Amino acid sequence: MTERRTVPMSRRRLLAMIGTVAGSSAMYQAMTTLGLAAESTYRGPIRLEGDPKGASILILGAGIAGLVAALELHRIGYKVQVLEYNDRAGGRCWSLRGGDRYAELGGFEQTCSFDKDLYFNPGPWRIPYHHRGILDYCKRLGVTLEPFIQVNYNAYLHAQNAFGGRPQRLRHVLSDFQGSAAELLAKAVSQDKLDQPITAEDKELLLEALRQWGALDADYTYKAGPLSSDRRGYERDPGGGLSGDGVPSEPLPFAEILRSRVWYRLALGQIYDFQSTIFQPVGGMEMIARAFVREVGGLIRYNAKVTAIKQDDNHVSVTYVDARTGSAPAMVSADWCLCTIPLSVLDQIDLDVGAAMMNAINAVPYGGATKIGLQFKRRFWEEDEQIYGGITYTDLPIWQIGYPNTSYASPGKGVLLGAYVFDSPFVYEFTALPPEDRLKRAIEYGAQIHPQYKTDYENGIAVAWHRVPWVLGCFGRWTEDARKQHYENLCAIDGRIALAGEHVSNIPAWQEGAVVSSLDAISRLHRRVVAS
Amino acid sequence: MGKTVAAWRHVALAMILTGSTSTASSQSSDGSFMSSRRFMQRDGEVIYRTVCQSCHMAAAQGAVGAGAYPALANDPKLSVAGYSVLVVINGSKGMPPFGALLDDEQVAAVVNYVRSHFGNSYPDGVAPADVKRARP
Repeated sequence: MTERRTVPMSRRRLLAMIGTVAGSSAMYQAMTTLGLAAESTYRGPIRLEGDPKGASILILGAGIAGLVAALELHRIGYKVQVLEYNDRAGGRCWSLRGGDRYAELGGFEQTCSFDKDLYFNPGPWRIPYHHRGILDYCKRLGVTLEPFIQVNYNAYLHAQNAFGGRPQRLRHVLSDFQGSAAELLAKAVSQDKLDQPITAEDKELLLEALRQWGALDADYTYKAGPLSSDRRGYERDPGGGLSGDGVPSEPLPFAEILRSRVWYRLALGQIYDFQSTIFQPVGGMEMIARAFVREVGGLIRYNAKVTAIKQDDNHVSVTYVDARTGSAPAMVSADWCLCTIPLSVLDQIDLDVGAAMMNAINAVPYGGATKIGLQFKRRFWEEDEQIYGGITYTDLPIWQIGYPNTSYASPGKGVLLGAYVFDSPFVYEFTALPPEDRLKRAIEYGAQIHPQYKTDYENGIAVAWHRVPWVLGCFGRWTEDARKQHYENLCAIDGRIALAGEHVSNIPAWQEGAVVSSLDAISRLHRRVVAS
Repeated sequence: MGKTVAAWRHVALAMILTGSTSTASSQSSDGSFMSSRRFMQRDGEVIYRTVCQSCHMAAAQGAVGAGAYPALANDPKLSVAGYSVLVVINGSKGMPPFGALLDDEQVAAVVNYVRSHFGNSYPDGVAPADVKRARP
């Protein structure tokens, strides 16, 4: 063993240093090694042991949580009935296509005018590789997946008050930030200016690592040349024959990058949920719902608006009306009930549960989000700017422009995600506008990044989640305190009623949360059924 | 005691996406679309039109779907000024809290606007100091 000349660093200190130097992916790797990071709780197809002996269950809501429960419980012999408010299954697992009509609260109706085969996902649009539950259902149900591009080095980072308002390619900002930071750190290390002692051996390794990581030259300098251009790209790319060799490009001034604050987004692709590989279903997220419907569609009653959920020692009875007319009340009953209705709606339903669950239901406000799909007459982002999939980030109120991760380099039209905002004043400001004005805004802002908007825009559709009639928001926005106080009470089975959905999970706002929440709830419910 | 993993991830992501604190240069003249962190509108009516209207609708009539947004028009619950202030600051059930997005003057302005319009005419106004006292 090598003799150490300095005191070893504490683990926390080491992690902090790794995090600072190498970014969050290295940090995460180190955390995994130390056993500090967790994986999804999904452990393969659920095994529900024991005979339900003809027990019946009512499932309220045919979103992902309800569909998962219907599939699994029906498979092992439960009598399953599903009530769904909409005239389709899927809930937030939803895609809008040409011809679809969408009426939001307040009476605004939009008709989607996209061309054939073009779509936009107003709800979830990506599935991380570690969302093992939803991915396994895709596999089992034959949903074809394709890559969702989170990080596109040729997409833009944009800030209105930086770089003269000109969008910057991610590869430029990332390479130059990394190179300049590595150069500074290498200087500090080689001059022994770190506030923490380091062994001579580690110092040498760190310097070599910084040189590689930052594309530094032999003098630990980051500057225009083949090394930096190998990261950020060339001023003129190398050519063939007599068309000339590559011309190196000039890095952006480090101070300008720092002041631009676009570095806020540099680590996005290193966030656990956004790391490669990420997937999307070919043809739209709704393909997952359609695949479930092929299996359990016959169990679903559509256009059913639940108005009351009652229970006694032996049964659960649910009253519903026709969601389109508000009339024709009817009642169904069963031995058990799995309720996946969003809390923002459930808190208004006449519900027979104890105070603990009721208080939990009332404790979760619903966060908003706005997503806007825009159709253009040509794929200018590919043709003019070589952006194939991925996301541009901006500090404009649209926050993001998502490029289609499919049908690359095809002639004809394309649909962009022209805005995706959540957890921000912009959400309300978009929502408060009539849909037409939301589109106008999105086009006005987007044109500051892609001037082609002005000539190539054709039509669009805007979904502001607080106006979505069946959820009144985008996701359950738990606070730390509310979770401590109420989460377990929300999960506990109350008599014959259990709740499920993203709001009953530690993965809020993701479909995986709905899957693992549903599987956990039906496992506990089933144990009770078998024991009774 | 540390944050739960779920809460921490949410906060971290929102921070990254919210990004810079600098305000936009392409805002509307009424103060909307200016900041990704706080509402910059000052006028009570403008705050209603660009924020509250999202759910409570243009004539404060509310809306009904699978669930409903309550009307604020002709609303006897608004008779107690302090109640309106608390709901705006803390939210209520599915309604998110606005206390961190609006300052005392803004909360007072929008509460006073709603309590004196849409068929409501409660004479007692709310002052920013009342809002300050109501904050948790």
